[in-house]
Amino acid sequence: MTIALPEQASTQPVQTALIDCDIHNSLPSEATLDKYLPERWRQHREAFASRAYHGLYYPLASQHAARTDAWPPSGMIPGSDLGFLREQLLDRWGMQYGVLLPLLSAGKQLNLEWGAAIARAVNEWQLAEWLEPEPRLRASIVVPYEAPDLAVAEIERVAKLPGFVQVELESRTHEPLGRRKYWPMYHAAAERGLPMAMHFGAQGGWPITGVGSPSFYVEYHAGQLTAFQDQVISLVTEGVFEQIPDLKFVLIEGGFGWLPPLMWRLDRAYAKLKAEVPHLRRLPSEYIREHMWFTTQPVEEPHEPRDFQVMLDDLAMDDRIMFSTDYPHWDFDAPDAAIPTSVAPELRRKIMAENARALYRL
Amino acid sequence: MIVDADVHAVIPSIETLFPYLTAPWIEYVEQSGFKGPVDTPYPKAPTSARPGSGTSLQHLREQALDPLKVDHAIVNCSYAVESIHNPDTDIALARAVNDWLVAEWLDKEPRLRASIIVPSKQPAAAAREIDRVAADRRFVQLYLPVRSYLPYGKRHFHPIFEAAVRHDLVVGLHFGGAPGNPPTSVGWPSYYLEEYAGMAQAFQSQLQSMVVEGLFDRFPALRVTCVEGGFAWLPPFLWRLDKEWKGLQREVPWTKRLPSEYVREHVRFTIQPADLPPDPARLGRLVEQVGGEEVLLFASDYPHVHDDPPVQLLTPKIMGSNAAAFYGRIG
Amino acid sequence: MARYVVARAEDLPPGTRKIVEVAGRQVGVFNVGGELFALRNRCPHQGGPLCEGRLAGRLEVEAPGEEWEFSREGEILRCPWHSWEYDIRTGQSWFNPARVRVRAYEVEVAGGSGLDAQPAAEVTAIAGTGLRTAGLSALRKGPYVAETYPVMLEEHYVVVEIDA
Repeated sequence: MTIALPEQASTQPVQTALIDCDIHNSLPSEATLDKYLPERWRQHREAFASRAYHGLYYPLASQHAARTDAWPPSGMIPGSDLGFLREQLLDRWGMQYGVLLPLLSAGKQLNLEWGAAIARAVNEWQLAEWLEPEPRLRASIVVPYEAPDLAVAEIERVAKLPGFVQVELESRTHEPLGRRKYWPMYHAAAERGLPMAMHFGAQGGWPITGVGSPSFYVEYHAGQLTAFQDQVISLVTEGVFEQIPDLKFVLIEGGFGWLPPLMWRLDRAYAKLKAEVPHLRRLPSEYIREHMWFTTQPVEEPHEPRDFQVMLDDLAMDDRIMFSTDYPHWDFDAPDAAIPTSVAPELRRKIMAENARALYRL
Repeated sequence: MIVDADVHAVIPSIETLFPYLTAPWIEYVEQSGFKGPVDTPYPKAPTSARPGSGTSLQHLREQALDPLKVDHAIVNCSYAVESIHNPDTDIALARAVNDWLVAEWLDKEPRLRASIIVPSKQPAAAAREIDRVAADRRFVQLYLPVRSYLPYGKRHFHPIFEAAVRHDLVVGLHFGGAPGNPPTSVGWPSYYLEEYAGMAQAFQSQLQSMVVEGLFDRFPALRVTCVEGGFAWLPPFLWRLDKEWKGLQREVPWTKRLPSEYVREHVRFTIQPADLPPDPARLGRLVEQVGGEEVLLFASDYPHVHDDPPVQLLTPKIMGSNAAAFYGRIG
Repeated sequence: MARYVVARAEDLPPGTRKIVEVAGRQVGVFNVGGELFALRNRCPHQGGPLCEGRLAGRLEVEAPGEEWEFSREGEILRCPWHSWEYDIRTGQSWFNPARVRVRAYEVEVAGGSGLDAQPAAEVTAIAGTGLRTAGLSALRKGPYVAETYPVMLEEHYVVVEIDA
């Protein structure tokens, strides 16, 4: 007796429109940016290169944190070969658009001017080698976020260029993101109608947990949830959204299962401690629901499948959840398998494309 | 049986400990002006004390033990010895607090039990302090502030857990702590509200560390309580840790089961603060998601103020029989 | 039951693998130290190309700080996507939930006539797969099982049996 698997391997593009809100384009080599760097910084790169917070690194589980099947036949590293990315991702899944989030360490450079130089070069590289040849792609503005004045300058410069849809930060920063230091960046982004996007990653110069440095990559990776929670608490409590009502914040690659309990916790804390924060006029959860967006990957996997819908109901942010794959990383979410089939068709359409289309005006 | 798993004893000033310190220490305090570890995260916030409450045993009897008709209440003292860098001061103060707890609380009120304070920065010294006082079975637990300078799962801390297990003591991770590193992985938040709401992340980081470092594989009899940390954050945290572990377990080969299984078996959570969903109908599913009412322990957290727990959480198991089953030295 | 020639013996020396399209599906055929194994090239998790994954050994440690035991070198297949691990001999995954949940699908166990398909939780009770359990008994089985097929060498050819 033969029993077939009910889930069939998908060899056809998914039927719903599909927008991928988290793709990582990587540099083929360190020298790739030379073309976009002034001579002074080309020399700096050769002689000194990167200098970021050190002693806080956790070795990855696979090279470049990539799926082991994402190595292009060209011999380039995963995510660096546009032709292969088209084939393995955009064409394979029939994607309408994809949003690039390069993770190239501009923000964590201790030499802030060098960070600004990298950011500018990366943005030029994205424009020339990704946006111009591939109309389905959009990009994020990389900035030296620990130097807000330099970040503002880069936002002002790049916002005028076509194809950049948001300003990119990484999640482990040197101060909580709600702190006053970062506000000029938020003003600059909001004035230009650009969301801020915080992506999983980096080190901010502190142990990667609030209880000291752990031992293992699994703690680094799963522990990103704590950084996301810390940052949401900070952004809300510091009144960033009260100060800048037009500001939008996208949280990328953090998932969102942790968010409903955080909203409950913050609202109750606020009820008890509101005298400390008279600048807030609304409940924390209201600010979150009004100003924030989330990408789906790594998709939550509740023990009981029905809890996925319970989570969505708790969240009550159906218009704010956006599908992402995280290509080419190892925890890639497949468009045909990641979102449970129990999700209603109308909500699935929103998640897979329409929410992103509305946010990024695609 | 009714067990209150968390009430607080506060040391009014360092002079309170003089009867329990030796002469050199008294001289040191008097001449240096050292006020004790008062550099802590508990400001005069409204959560610190409910109106009309007090720090004396009389207050505790009248406002917590008697009205709730407890059989036992576990006294926790949040004296922040972990914030002290001088290794000998650290040890001397921990000893003094434990002796004070015996004399002023346990000896005066038979319903009370207590958590042992240890110099947690020095695991070997902490183990010696545990050995010194553990014969007194009214000590039922160790007190470890949830905020630490290194995650408690690290092998560095094994002497503490070895001593706890040897004496059948539960290890209590408690809200707070002043180890000197930032409360978050992204630096120092501006407001106490952030730290108060953000303490859940410290509990998450500690549980994650204890599980993946194989603390429960090394000490299969170890039991841990999460005190004053809430529990509504637990289900998505466990789902995520399980998911990640499935792909990354090779890095931590001593772990043989899903992380959520370890937590379900070895960890309990007090219900104050509960951080519950606004819709009371959601509570039943939340309790199922955390693993059932067996993982919850009633606590008043006197005199701190959070929210009154909903009546559905005041079941006989949560009110006492869970604690009686979990604490080897109670019931 | 149909039998398919998927390679010549000399094309599949020890330490190599081939992924072939056969009977409407992709199948990975492995030669591990002279023994042949065949699995469906599809991870039960999200459908990733399982047979393109890295082969690793089995690591066992009783508790942190103790000696590491390394066995079954090259017999644990790690999915290239999320690194979930499968025993190449049986397709069995080796992590597990508090409650063993039988998945909605059932895995066919080939290797003898007249055997009905068994639920995934019982698959390793079926004989004929040459299952070696030494060193793995401390672990409990996971609910995920990758589809496996009998594969044998016949004269100069590698042959896979698939129930189409």
